[in-house]
Formats: sequence, C-alpha cells, structure tokens
Amino acid sequence: MKNKIQLLMGNEAIGQGLIEAGCQIAAAYPGTPSTEILQAVIDRQEQAVEPIHIEWSVNEKIAFEVALAASYTGKRSVAVMKQVGLNVAADPFMRTAYIGIKGGMLTIVADDPGPHSSQNEQDTRLFCLQARVPVIDPASPAEAKEWIRPAFELSEKYETNIVLRPTTRICHSRQNVALEQPIKLERQANFEKNPTRWAATPAFLPALHRNLNANLEKIATEAAWQPRLIPGNGSQPRTALVASGIAYSNLVDLLEELDLNGTVDLYQVLMPYPLNPDFSAQLHKKYDHLLILEETYPVIELQLAHPGSSGKQNGAVPREGELTPDVIHSALANFLKLAPPNEKPATRRGQRPSLCPGCSHRTAFYSIKKCFPTGIFPSDIGCYTLGMNLGAVHTVHCMGACISQGAGFYQAYQQDDGDFPTIVVTIGDSTFFHAGIPALINAVIQQARMIIVILDNATAAMTGGQPVPHMGIAAGDKPTKAVAIEPLVKASGVDFMEVCNPYDNEKFESLLKNADDYIRSPDGGVAVLIARHGCIMDPAVRKSQESFFVTILDNCIGCEKCTSAFECPALSMDREKNVAVVDQDRCIGCGTCIPVCPVSAIIKQEKS
Amino acid sequence: MKQQIIISGIGGQGVLFLTRVIAQVAVNQGIPVLTSETHGMAQRGGTVLSTIKIGDFSSPLIRTAQADLGILLWEANLPVHRSLLKTNGQLLINTENSGEGTRLDAAKIARTLGNAVLLNLVLLGLAVNQKALFCTAEECEEAIKQLAPAKFVEQNLAAFQMGLSH
Repeated sequence: MKNKIQLLMGNEAIGQGLIEAGCQIAAAYPGTPSTEILQAVIDRQEQAVEPIHIEWSVNEKIAFEVALAASYTGKRSVAVMKQVGLNVAADPFMRTAYIGIKGGMLTIVADDPGPHSSQNEQDTRLFCLQARVPVIDPASPAEAKEWIRPAFELSEKYETNIVLRPTTRICHSRQNVALEQPIKLERQANFEKNPTRWAATPAFLPALHRNLNANLEKIATEAAWQPRLIPGNGSQPRTALVASGIAYSNLVDLLEELDLNGTVDLYQVLMPYPLNPDFSAQLHKKYDHLLILEETYPVIELQLAHPGSSGKQNGAVPREGELTPDVIHSALANFLKLAPPNEKPATRRGQRPSLCPGCSHRTAFYSIKKCFPTGIFPSDIGCYTLGMNLGAVHTVHCMGACISQGAGFYQAYQQDDGDFPTIVVTIGDSTFFHAGIPALINAVIQQARMIIVILDNATAAMTGGQPVPHMGIAAGDKPTKAVAIEPLVKASGVDFMEVCNPYDNEKFESLLKNADDYIRSPDGGVAVLIARHGCIMDPAVRKSQESFFVTILDNCIGCEKCTSAFECPALSMDREKNVAVVDQDRCIGCGTCIPVCPVSAIIKQEKS
Repeated sequence: MKQQIIISGIGGQGVLFLTRVIAQVAVNQGIPVLTSETHGMAQRGGTVLSTIKIGDFSSPLIRTAQADLGILLWEANLPVHRSLLKTNGQLLINTENSGEGTRLDAAKIARTLGNAVLLNLVLLGLAVNQKALFCTAEECEEAIKQLAPAKFVEQNLAAFQMGLSH
C-alpha cells in the first residue's frame, strides 16, 4: 500500500485521506462540488483498520451535529458539505468555536467560485473569520489529502474544529496521489461529562471565549501552517505575490510559462485564518507592493491591510468569479507592468443544461405550465431547477425555500382582495426531507392555499444519486428503515394528498385541477401532489420501463412546441425543412413527447 | 515531456471517461498529471470541458492559447473552446461536416458498435493514429482495460481500434 500511486479526483483524495487519518465518523449531505468526498469514504471503507460509521445525513446541520458529538467521545470525525451547506449548519458551527471538541474534528466545506453549481459564490474562509474557526486552503488534490492528518492533529492539540476548504477546481481535479496505510488510533468512545463546557450557559461563555481567542493566537503561529516563501532573485525589489488555494497553483504555472519563475518573492498562504500577525508585520516591512490572489473574497487581503496591496479591494483583481489562469495573467501583467495577454479568452458559454430525455420532471413541469399558464411557480435546488427552461420555475432560492416562498406569495396576494393566483411549488424528495417539512407545517398552520408538487424520483439526482430517507437504503447501499413521504405529509396537517406518475399526463393534469379546486374551496388549504417516477439516470429505471422507437411524421407543422415548450434534448428543429427531428442517439423512447404535439405527428412504434 | 489537452463535449457523451483514460496512461507511465472536469448541473446535457496537463504542472487549468491538442466530441462547442488551443495546436472533431481540424464522423462509427457514446474512444484511437498524444496505442488499451467496466471492455477496445485504424 505505501507509496502506491493512484489517479484520484480531489474529492477521492480527501476521502482516502480521512480513512488514512483514522476518521471513524463521517457525515455529509450531498452538494456539488463536495459530494464525491463521502462517496470516496464509502468506496474505500474496506481499507479502514477500525470501525467507521458513514452517513448521508438528512441535512448539513444534522451531519455537523452527529460528527460533533462523536468527537466529544474522543474519536476523529468529519462533517462534509458544500459552501451553502455551511449556512444550514451555521448554528452548531458557530457555537462549536467556543465550546470546542475532543477527538479531532474537521469540517470540510467545498466552495464553488464561479459559481459552477451553486446559488452563490460565498467564501467559507470569510465565514470562518466571522465564526473564529481556523481554515486551511489546499492548492491541489494531493495537498488536500496530505493536510488531513496534520489538520486532525492540530484540531486535537487545541480541541478546536478545523475547516478544510477545497474549491471546485480541487474537488473535481484528478492527480496522481500517493496512498498511505491507514493509522490505528485504538480509541474507545469515552464522553467525559462536563456540563459547564458541553452545555455551557451564558455564565460560562466569557471564559470559553477567552480560551478561544488565546488558542487562535497560538494556532496563528503554528510552524507547520505558516505561509511558504519561494524567494525571487531580487529583480523585483520590494514586491511580492501572495496567493492561496487553486489561485496559487494557477499562478505557479503562469510564472513558469512566462519565464518569471524565481524572479519575484512568492508566498503561498496555507491557513488564511488566523493569519500570523508576524507574517503580516513582515510583509508591511519588506514590501511596498503586494499582489494578493485568493478566491472568492478578500480574506487574506483584509487581514493584511497592507497599504501597497493590489487585490480585490482596489479592483486590481476581479471581485467576482474564478481566478482562472487568464484572469490571473491579466492581473499579473498589470501588476508587474508586463505586456498584456495577446489572446482574448472566449466569452461564449456553450449549450445550456437541460433535464434528461425521459425525465419525469419534464412531464410534470409541462403539465403544470399547461394547467396554470398564469400561475406562480416557486421551485428549489436540484435537477428540477432546470424546469426554468420550460417556463415552469419562477423562483429558486435555497434548500426548502420554495414552500415558504409559496406561502409568502399567497399571504401577500390574498390580503389585497382575497383573490390569489394558483401557486404551484415544486420540490424534490431529497430537498423535501432536508428543509421542506418545517416549511410545510408552517404553510398549513398559516392556512396558505397552494399546491405543492413533490417531485419524487427516489434519489438525490443532481448530485449523482445518493440515497433518500424513503427508500430504506443508507450510505453504501446498506438496508435501513424507510421513512415514507405520505405519512409525513398527512401528519403535517395536509388534507388533500394524491400520488401520481407524471408520465400519465392526463391523470396528473386532472389531479392538478382537482387540487386547484380544493385550495379554492371554503375549507381548502395546502394541497400536495406526489409526482412519482424513478430518476431516468438510474439504469434500473430505464430498464424497467418500455422503450419505443419514436419518430416524427411528415405532417409536423414546425410549431416547435416539442423542442421549446417541452424542451426535450432528444428533439431539435431541422431548420431547412422546418420540421422537428428525433436524435436517436439521445432519445430513450419514453414517448412522453407524444401528447405535446398538436397535430399528432410524433408517433411511437414497438422496437424491433 | 509536457502536454496540455482539452476535451470538449456535452454532458452524457463520455468526456469524463475519456479524460480518465488519458490521465491513467500518464499515471501508468509515472508521469505527473492533473485534470479538471465539469460535474454537477452542467452535466445535464450542457457544454462540458475537461482539461488534462501531462508533465510538471501545478494547476489543472489551461490558459487561453496554451492547449497542444483539442478533442471535440461536440462540434458546436468549437466557438466556445477553440481559443484555448495554441495557434499550431492539433484539433480532432467528431462531426459529419467539413471544416478545420481533423474530422471524423466518430458517432457514426460508434453506432456500428451499437452505441453512439463510444465515439469518445473512437476519437482517442484517432488521436493516437494522428500521433497527437504523448502515448502509444498499447498504453491506451491498457488504461481502457483498467477503467472500463468488465462487460464493456471488448466494446471499448473495438471502438478505440476503429478510430486507430481509420
């Protein structure tokens, strides 16, 4: 095993690192770009030399709290999430800074500068500054893995939670990474009861706060986590480059390509918070000009407060988006007064994503839009955000928000003259469990009148098919108790609930109309439709449903309903003939487009 | 030895698998490699880009006009990703249309094997055939055998061979 080299994705490298470091409790909620970390722990658990509990928790707050208490027993634990997941886990995360932990605890929070797959590009390092939690910022997959063991050691030394912050370009990069033997810690769970700490009331908090501040001062000076300097040759006097994370790696390659390697002092910041005040003082003394490169917010820059800084605050570095090699090239050229880049990066974005051919969300959205052309459609985080392409998604905010937003829309409209538009909320099954249930209870008790469609495809699809609570499967395909959606909906006080496969468009549309009648009836309230059809990405689902040979007849009138209102990626327009055509490479033969055609030109035949 | 490669396509076309095969070849040879990939939302049929940097690099990302080789599985991405290629960089495109670069209707070839998604390995074969890659056919075949699910290995190798002998 030792020195074995494998090609690993950053997230796999992190998962491997957790097992090698003796982590015994790993909890996560899936979210791009973090998802594959827990999956890697699942896939590699055979390597662990001691028991390891791995769970896909119902949400990030829960994942954090499970890992936290496990750490109280002296064992090593980790909570894994994406950057906005930390918002969900913020409450326990903030208090943990004061109370601390026992066994090493890491919170791995994957940021998404760009953003590529997120509702914002918030910077976890700034979150950590506000929470007063140390954060480390690796520059490559190999580095992310290498740091896990020393990060656990740092965590145990100061009994503090440590955040490892990879970004999309670390998580979803692959690199040749050296594997190590997992260590054996031989720790038995031993929770030392100490209510003045673990249940600290306000009376005990000033002392804990003082302890936190004292620890942060010491952590800032820990030798292993100090900024690393690659000195220049003096040709750029009193000038330095300071970078962290993937921006540092981009900068290193750029300096090499521009033949500037070793000409200017270059610092890699490993731990952006807490920064060592001596490092800051040294930069103030030694340099007149600094270029600071970090994603996404000016965290190092704010702490350094160097008068000669070029960075996000003076606009020398863009304040939004990724610091790609092209962006860094422009900033560096300006800073060092080099020739500006010759080539302009492309600005075109390429093809937008869309729901898969055969996706049952598409049929559900099409029916919703058809039944309520003037409705208001709050939606949520998941594949079904792409219902936007069909004009059936009007708001997307954060996990679970659609139900509360639907209720908010209702309250605002109905108070004017009692009339209200039909509000149809769409939420996925995983999102419903994550944050939808309290919102549903609230909508019911506040007597909102709206339709909630739970798009139940039996998986967390967007992130690659993680298990959901109603399927009776836990991490690693282990059987567990299933918690069904229907009784939860009923117990939340919903009196109108129906279940339907949205492939059956006639039935689904008639239920939508019934639901609309219900919410407008004297005793009406929240109506819930569960639109149930397995995710088409699941090979078992594809195999279990009949597949037809779908073609388009000559009587196609070129109305584009199937290609734009229904927006199936397997259908496109032949512009010369002005007819729709089926891309047989992409069509899965579900036939859900057939009812969409106003002239019955789409037909299906048995496959020969 | 240094080589910078882009692989461009749309989600579901097999860009990730092709990226892994090429990177695995480098690992097998003991050459450092870095890749970057598109995951998440964009994978749902949208434009995806992988970058591969073979040799002594720190970052997986490729700057404008620095790629030595571009493999395009989806021709419509050409205006989006063309600028990443060096002016003298090699370009291999899956298409039935004529135009710049080395072009091959790899999807059509893949369909004869029963699945258009195999076009990714047809293009890999073409890249080796065109001497556009740092590695040999045998090295690619070894990596395909390592990474393809057992029941698809033969079909994958056949697709690779069809591109190679084209």
